[in-house]
Amino acid sequence: MFESLSEKLEEALKKIRGQSKITEENVTDALAEVRRALLEADVNLGVVKSFIESVKEKSLGMEVKGNILPGQMMIKLIHDELVALMGTDKADVSFAPQAPTIIMVAGLQGSGKTTFCAKLAFQLKKKGRQPLLVACDIYRPAAVDQLKTLGAKMTLPVFSKDDAQPVDIASEALTYARKYGRDVVIVDTAGRLTIDEAMMQEVADLKSAIRPHEVLFVCDAMTGQDAVNTAQAFHERLELTGVILTKLDGDTRGGAALSIRSVLGKPIKFVGVGENIDQLEPFHPERIASRILGMGDIITLVEKAQSQIDEKEAARLEEKLKKNQFTFEDFLDQMRMIKKMGSLRDLLGMLPGMDKALRNVQIDERAFARVEAIVLSMTLEERRSPKLLNGSRRRRIALGSGTSIQDVNRLIKQFEDMQKMMKNMSRGKMAHLMGPQAAARR
Amino acid sequence: MADDLAKFFGNIRLHNDSGGLTMGFFDKIKSTIQTAVGTVSDALNIDRLREGLEKTRTSFVSRLKSILFAGRKIDAALLEEIEEILLTSDVGLQTTEKLIDRLKIRVRDEKLEDAQVITSVLKEEIERLLVSTPSGENDAIFTFGAERRPFVIMVIGVNGVGKTTTIGKMAHTYRQSGRKVIIGAADTFRAAANEQLEVWAERAGVEVIQQQQGADPAAVTFDTLKAAIARDSDVVIIDTAGRLHNKQGLMQELEKIGRVMKKVKPTAPDEVFLVLDATTGQNALQQAREFTKVAPITGLVLTKLDGTAKGGVVLAIADAMQLPVRFIGVGERIDDLQVFNAQAFVDAMFEDRASASDGEV
Repeated sequence: MFESLSEKLEEALKKIRGQSKITEENVTDALAEVRRALLEADVNLGVVKSFIESVKEKSLGMEVKGNILPGQMMIKLIHDELVALMGTDKADVSFAPQAPTIIMVAGLQGSGKTTFCAKLAFQLKKKGRQPLLVACDIYRPAAVDQLKTLGAKMTLPVFSKDDAQPVDIASEALTYARKYGRDVVIVDTAGRLTIDEAMMQEVADLKSAIRPHEVLFVCDAMTGQDAVNTAQAFHERLELTGVILTKLDGDTRGGAALSIRSVLGKPIKFVGVGENIDQLEPFHPERIASRILGMGDIITLVEKAQSQIDEKEAARLEEKLKKNQFTFEDFLDQMRMIKKMGSLRDLLGMLPGMDKALRNVQIDERAFARVEAIVLSMTLEERRSPKLLNGSRRRRIALGSGTSIQDVNRLIKQFEDMQKMMKNMSRGKMAHLMGPQAAARR
Repeated sequence: MADDLAKFFGNIRLHNDSGGLTMGFFDKIKSTIQTAVGTVSDALNIDRLREGLEKTRTSFVSRLKSILFAGRKIDAALLEEIEEILLTSDVGLQTTEKLIDRLKIRVRDEKLEDAQVITSVLKEEIERLLVSTPSGENDAIFTFGAERRPFVIMVIGVNGVGKTTTIGKMAHTYRQSGRKVIIGAADTFRAAANEQLEVWAERAGVEVIQQQQGADPAAVTFDTLKAAIARDSDVVIIDTAGRLHNKQGLMQELEKIGRVMKKVKPTAPDEVFLVLDATTGQNALQQAREFTKVAPITGLVLTKLDGTAKGGVVLAIADAMQLPVRFIGVGERIDDLQVFNAQAFVDAMFEDRASASDGEV
């Protein structure tokens, strides 16, 4: 049911093969598929329409070259367009020339404002700033407690006041910040609906009272078609300076990002990617573009691999592979390197097309541990020259690792297959396999 | 003849006036029925539903109305415009296409021409979609028998959908219907989740069982069920931490909570409610699919319906998952949780207040 978009586009563009140019007639089906993909990713219909129009314009007259599939060309075009739309600027918090910098955070209920405030404060603290958190959500039960608990965890001060209105709390917090030398003031506000006139007025009043340097709109990445209207309503009242996308660690395609970015024209400054305090990341338009198109998050995977895999180590392994000296010891090293990168499911999930396919597959993370136990039950000599592994040695290894002889046999067989495969692999083929990584590095 | 009649009616009246015992009996039945109806209609308060759905309604109906001007004929362009209204209401591509296909078939078979009739045809099709799901049996969640006590309800969902608020309101609803309720604070992860639940419990006048932050949620659940039996409670509501459905470890934690419950009550949980945020787009379906794998979901709660022009995702989920919607949240007050009534929902969605008042004049 879930073909990847590139496959669908390939199908839709079949008739272009043999023709030299993309024309209005032969691109119609392909654009219909793009429309579907964007709508399924929750991109706002209005945004989808204008996007399709611009892709169409750009694709018309495009030449279809010999060995590049038209589908791939389309994907690249669409991907580039998406990235361009979402802005290439990596926006950070802009600090006021004179401290304290005031940051106000607003959004709907449950979008993750309080968590974001804490994450931002934590990040700023790590960079040597002295943030102050201000609890202006006087409505939701225990919202103040939540911020206080989070503040205590980071040993950061949280300003709050019982029985006071948000404007008074925030104003007093500013006095406090000036007095105690806090150079960034992060004001958390209550979640509110855009149709709630009184509450919208309250947040507008708060804004004019404290005159923040940054007004950030926190948006749940899973939001549907209404994301645009909500963001616009907040923008009308508050003149937003940026957008925060939360819960991006879910499997949402995140079309809201594109919608909001293209309608508001304000940068997406950060994305929330987990429940822990340090899981706040800068926004990468190209990653969201891949997600929206259902193409996985290959860049994150490559980055993860790069941060875990030692370049020298990789070169050494490659050398060994070429000389056919790959041993169980190397195998173990490699496995441990992969393990460091995170859970297998997470890693595979980042590969294009895998995410969907994986949903129904149970990955046994413990298989790793079993393989490790088997290899560790071999003597050093056996690991270096697997030929030594005769029946009685195999039996010993099975007993030592708490597995069965069949398990040991299977692993040895797999290892031998791997050796063979690698031997057959020419250097040219290896380079091809490393293709996306090499490309991403450039 | 006339005398006979007068005598006859007189007798009846006499009988009514004097029949103390009989009257008492009927009165009792009548008042019981009235109370029951009162409770249900409180929960189903149509005005509140209307008010809560104001935005959904005005945007859906008024947009529909704006394209169905007098004299317009049904054609491809009109169907495309209807398709767009459905899509922008988060109904989702699949369900939208299904509805549009149905419209096309009916337009052809019934030889429909005038655009005005398309509203009622669309309404019928949406009703078919929604009312045919098991949402009609929502009474059962209130009328469980004594043998099912304590009736265990587990509430799950992703972060920020409004689980804790829903639980506070739900506890209130059960209290109003005369049941003794106990809440288990199994969200031991989020900062100040316990405190938030305590406030709601106090408002609803029910007890909360909790441990410190970071405790094992399964242990809290176990304690809560034990306490419920010891205190002879009717209903147990277990609050769980928000979790994204693609986090395997957290999803397994839910399975564990379910397992541990069974040690105290083998048939627990009696209900598992998945709470969904009505502003969520197509990911809501994904959530429903993934949570179904680790917990036997018996119903959905749709929150924040008052704030969105959408709520169309109800249709998408009803269509794809065949799960009943049990409650909807239409506001922040403690009594703003309503038992979902599919027919009332569709009626409210299509009701055009302007023309209704025209009719009265």
